[in-house]
Amino acid sequence: MVPTNYYIVLSAILFGLGVLAFVFKRNVITIFMSIELMLNAVNLAFVAFSQATGKLDGQIFVLFVIVVAAAEAAVGLGIIILIARNRKSLNVERVDLLKL
Amino acid sequence: MIPFLQANAELIITVVKIALLMFIVLTVNAYLTWFERKVVAHMQSRWGPHRVGPHGLLQPLADGVKFLFKEDPTPAGVDKFTYYLAPLLALALALTSIALIPFGPDPILLFGHKIYLGIVSPDINIGILGLFAITALGVYGVALAGWSSNSKYSLLGGLRSSAQMISYELALTMSVVGVLLLAGSFNLKDIINAQFNPRHPGLGILGWNIFPQILGFICFFIAAVAETNRVPFDLPEAESELVAGFHTEYASFKFAMFFIAEYTSMITVSALCSILFFGGWLSPFPASWTFTHYLPSLILIPAGLWVIWDGIHYETIFGKIILPGLGTAFVAIGAVLLALPVVNLYIQGPFWLLSKIFVFLFVYVWMRGTLPRFRYDQLMAFGWKFLLPVSIANVIITAFAILMWGAK
Amino acid sequence: MTPQLAVFFVLAAIAVLGAASLILQKHPIHSALSLIVVMVALAGLYLLLGAEFVAAVQIIVYGGAIMVLFIFVIMLLNAGVEEHTSISKMAGPPGLLLTVALAGFIAASLVRSTSTVQSTMQSGQIASTRDLSSMLFKDFVYPFELTSFLILVAVLGAIVLAHRERN
Repeated sequence: MVPTNYYIVLSAILFGLGVLAFVFKRNVITIFMSIELMLNAVNLAFVAFSQATGKLDGQIFVLFVIVVAAAEAAVGLGIIILIARNRKSLNVERVDLLKL
Repeated sequence: MIPFLQANAELIITVVKIALLMFIVLTVNAYLTWFERKVVAHMQSRWGPHRVGPHGLLQPLADGVKFLFKEDPTPAGVDKFTYYLAPLLALALALTSIALIPFGPDPILLFGHKIYLGIVSPDINIGILGLFAITALGVYGVALAGWSSNSKYSLLGGLRSSAQMISYELALTMSVVGVLLLAGSFNLKDIINAQFNPRHPGLGILGWNIFPQILGFICFFIAAVAETNRVPFDLPEAESELVAGFHTEYASFKFAMFFIAEYTSMITVSALCSILFFGGWLSPFPASWTFTHYLPSLILIPAGLWVIWDGIHYETIFGKIILPGLGTAFVAIGAVLLALPVVNLYIQGPFWLLSKIFVFLFVYVWMRGTLPRFRYDQLMAFGWKFLLPVSIANVIITAFAILMWGAK
Repeated sequence: MTPQLAVFFVLAAIAVLGAASLILQKHPIHSALSLIVVMVALAGLYLLLGAEFVAAVQIIVYGGAIMVLFIFVIMLLNAGVEEHTSISKMAGPPGLLLTVALAGFIAASLVRSTSTVQSTMQSGQIASTRDLSSMLFKDFVYPFELTSFLILVAVLGAIVLAHRERN
């Protein structure tokens, strides 16, 4: 039986790596993927707590997080496609001014 | 040595089963290609492979040797990691889905250990959902193969093929929900047992899911054919279309890997069709007709005698040796089944499941020889505008029926 | 070292290596493949925690749909290797340190809170899909309907956004 603390530490490590990727990468799609990584880390914490307390609320919430992440990915990638068409580049540093 | 075997018995049994099953599945794949070529040829009034061995039986061996020794070029400018990963991923996922299929209900009791037919016991709580998860991951093999080949045709073929697979995956999953509602569980063993009809001591066939779920079965079969990229949905990989679609730039052994992955997923889908809708390992005859237990022997012994007779009159000397040998093997297995009633009783479940899988594989090959292929926009329109609404309607009708008439 | 602990460490190592590979790879396709590896490892961890339905949903939805969407977009936009830009190199190491501090702070505060959480679950109990679905459709039916509405809005939004203007 793996102690819950191990899962929590793993979740925090994954969240930290997600933040690192978010801050250090230039490609807008990779930044978006780091957001998904952070959401996954949080899901792991939820399921670990759900197993520790014996209630199923954590797993229900994980299902909702997955659904919301799917909706967000769809709309966000649509926006990224538009940005790429307009600015002709996927580098976030080129997208930091309102002027084209 | 013996204490080591005693301590890790489960692990060793599983490893042996994996090796055995992988060998069997790869051989079945090879002879499935032989079967397909023969059947399509006979439907087109020609012979098919008949030179390489007696009746062309060594043709898969020749093909395998060709694939191994052919030159394996890597085109320039490919993304090396993804180019080598894609066929590996396709093959690994296709073979993993075979691991989740139970081939028989009862375990063999050997030295006090229960050995189930199939890698895992039939009693996994999320059996069917795990199979869908592996099918969902199968899109990556195609998409990554198309992209990494650094070629316009491959990219277009890969994108079209993966878009097709994703679209039909929705209809596939929805059409199974009716069966899950009737069975009340994701467990494959429960789904099959729910089709065992003790209320009608008449024909066992009436309890099978095909009768309440005929709409679901049609949707499932069509969606599964589209999911495995077979005719009539094989536009992305047809030779006269986008050169060869996503596997244009793949040469000998990597192409063979895609090929094996496609035929293995055909076998998985046929197994799923028979488990979900046709009763799996249940016999269509009532349980009181115990004389039907002799059916395997009744098929094997005359088939073996016919093969012996055919071999004696065969042209080449090689055929004169191999075919009677094969026929004798069939007759021997049939005779053993007659002699040992315990083995005969045990073999009934797997025999029915394998016969149903064989029937579905024949239908797959039959469609290949008969139907023309869809155009891509017709294909996508069919998947989204017809198949998905029909499968959702099937779920609603089934739920309504269960509400009105109990678990019928 | 029980088998469960060994499996946990293997899966955790795969997840962390996948996440590190997400940061270190130059091409976005390789980052996407690393993220898929992370998700499959997390699905394995969910199975270890007894949440088998969530594990299957994770692979089907996250690994089989969302990540395929990412890979399609990368292929369609023909994203290449990341350009090397000359942003301030001085911000690198302090950023790394601050992120490590953030992760440590999160871990410490959560670990401190688990001691107050009552542990009523027996080890190795598997959450049944039946209980999960009865809870989803009885207690959580309002959020459930809202998420279906959310998905509808997202589908419409994606179609409108990606639609090419016809002039």
